[in-house]
Amino acid sequence: MRNLLKRKGVQSLIASLLCIVLGLLLGYIVLLFINPAGAGQAILAVVKNFMNYSKANLQIKNFGNTLVKTAPLLMCSLSVLFCYKVGLFNIGVAGQYVIGTCGCLYAALAWHWSWLPCLLFAICLGALSGCIVGLLKAYGNVNEVISGIMLNWITLYGTNMLLSNVKDSASPYTIHLKDAAPQAILPSLGLGNLFNKNQYVSIAIPLAIILAIIVMVVLDKTRFGYELRATGNNKNAAKYAGMAEKRNIILTLMIGGALAALGGALLYQTDYEQWQVTASSVPGMGFNGIAAAFLGGLNPIGAIFSSYFIQHITVGGAFVDKTMYASQISDLISSIIIYLCGFVLFIKHAINTGLIRGEDKRKAKQAAAEAGKGGDK
Amino acid sequence: MLLLLQYTLIFSSVLLLVALGGCFSEHSGVINLGLEGIMVIGALGGALMMRYLPADMPGLLMVLIVLLGAVVFGVAYSALLAVASINFKADQTIVGTALNMLGVAGATVLVKAINTAANPDDVSSIIQYVEPKKNFLVNLGGFEFNWFMLVAVIMLIVAYVVLYKTRFGLRLMACGEHPQAAASVGIDVLKMRWAGVLISGAYGGLGGICYILAGVSEWRFEYGVAGFGFLSLAVMIFGQWKPTRIALAALLFGLLRALSNVYAAFDFLKNLNIPGSIYNMMPYIICLVVLAFTSKKSRAPKAEGIPYDKGMR
Repeated sequence: MRNLLKRKGVQSLIASLLCIVLGLLLGYIVLLFINPAGAGQAILAVVKNFMNYSKANLQIKNFGNTLVKTAPLLMCSLSVLFCYKVGLFNIGVAGQYVIGTCGCLYAALAWHWSWLPCLLFAICLGALSGCIVGLLKAYGNVNEVISGIMLNWITLYGTNMLLSNVKDSASPYTIHLKDAAPQAILPSLGLGNLFNKNQYVSIAIPLAIILAIIVMVVLDKTRFGYELRATGNNKNAAKYAGMAEKRNIILTLMIGGALAALGGALLYQTDYEQWQVTASSVPGMGFNGIAAAFLGGLNPIGAIFSSYFIQHITVGGAFVDKTMYASQISDLISSIIIYLCGFVLFIKHAINTGLIRGEDKRKAKQAAAEAGKGGDK
Repeated sequence: MLLLLQYTLIFSSVLLLVALGGCFSEHSGVINLGLEGIMVIGALGGALMMRYLPADMPGLLMVLIVLLGAVVFGVAYSALLAVASINFKADQTIVGTALNMLGVAGATVLVKAINTAANPDDVSSIIQYVEPKKNFLVNLGGFEFNWFMLVAVIMLIVAYVVLYKTRFGLRLMACGEHPQAAASVGIDVLKMRWAGVLISGAYGGLGGICYILAGVSEWRFEYGVAGFGFLSLAVMIFGQWKPTRIALAALLFGLLRALSNVYAAFDFLKNLNIPGSIYNMMPYIICLVVLAFTSKKSRAPKAEGIPYDKGMR
């Protein structure tokens, strides 16, 4: 038990679970304040998500829908955690997700490209967006958080302007891919049949998981990853050791941008959602990616589970009784969870000091016992 | 033209107030990325006052109570940042980001709950304040003078005096430059940082109520404040953390932001046939360009963003 607690992974897991439990609890308390009558039911509805349906085939189909939206979230959280390992807080992830969406939809609807070129185009745009932040950071000393936010807004307005050209004439949404550009829809390879013929389930989901594993391997097992982590730990030491810290910063943000943009493409190329060209703020997907990255303990494998959890409760918010509460309570819960993630370091510290104190006590006891024995003689 | 001036002054007031808030927090050594959320909660505080105060109240008293409501809510909310980043040494970037999301989500949930409780069919997130809003405006021959313009100027003077002319302000700034040195002469660093963050909460709250009352005509709480908190941070950096320069920067960005609202009223701008989105992007693009050239020799407080550790030197 004691040795188990000493392991870093176990500590991260405990901290994350604590954040989730506390987040749900605080969310429950907020609901109690608003209307005590339905609070318990509302929290259950959020946690149950697709289990709210009574029929098994509907459940499995909606489980598929949650997974469809988990794939882009996972990409966003990978983007955040990849950059964070290098000491960069990539808040531009929200905009990079949007630029990926913009790229793939425009290429599909205006130029009628097929799915793979659309994906690659989105990735390139995302990398370009990340590159701007990286260049500003490396050569202009501009804080990546501020420039990222500015790019988020620029991207949002640019996307609205560009996608207005390919929007449906009757609604503010872009045209359905299945009507105008079926060639750009991601292939399903029969995966949809596993989820009760859910036409939105595609290769996006396994692709995102494979990328999570690749990110882990790159960070932990390659020289490039080592250099990146070294730059993150101490920029000056890395520079002194002969690593190109400027190049590393730019490359990191490019990769982060590419990952997030791919996330946008992985969602919109399933035709599950259409872009609303009158959107007045960037979608929450990118910001939820930040939540998922930290909840997953900044570990790519952890991010798979935390992304699923965040998406699970976000979708679950739709099942809340609208006559009592707003569906935004799931946003509320996930933002409380991110807030609590700020305390993770403290929780780990508390576990460690607890362990050390326990050790000290045991040693003191042992010493006392030995001293006692000595006295007997 | 008058309209442009009016919008410029009002947006500048918002940016100035919030940027000064950021300035206090950063001078004490805490990066306040949660200004956006603080603005939303401050706006919520003011809006709730307007909803529940009797309509026949004297105008000036109403204005004061609404401002007070915004300040109290802003300060209370910023305490969340203070406790996490000062006492628990949490990562200030994460906590700030969380506060932004929490502000929008929390305010939306609350306002929707209030609306639905009053009328079960009403699931909107709007608080009506058409009547009380009139108390804030004084019509001066076609130019709508807004009390917030005065508030912003007063708060600017207050910020300048407090930061540079009082013992408290100088000590506050010392905590952002070299907290260990400050502690060695008997300054309580943690207390000073708490003060910095709470003051930024007050300024942020004022900026928030100013934004929803004057900057936009109708406000849904789920929209947040459209990046104004972050724009203010850019204004603060552009102003090099100095109140007077921040004021000039706020005027510039206020003008840019106002142009996107009223460009259609100018014939020569309209004739250029530039899409509205370009005007919307303008403040952000110019902000990026400006930052690229000014951040190199930044006068940022040296210890900002680093949790205070007594043992460090």
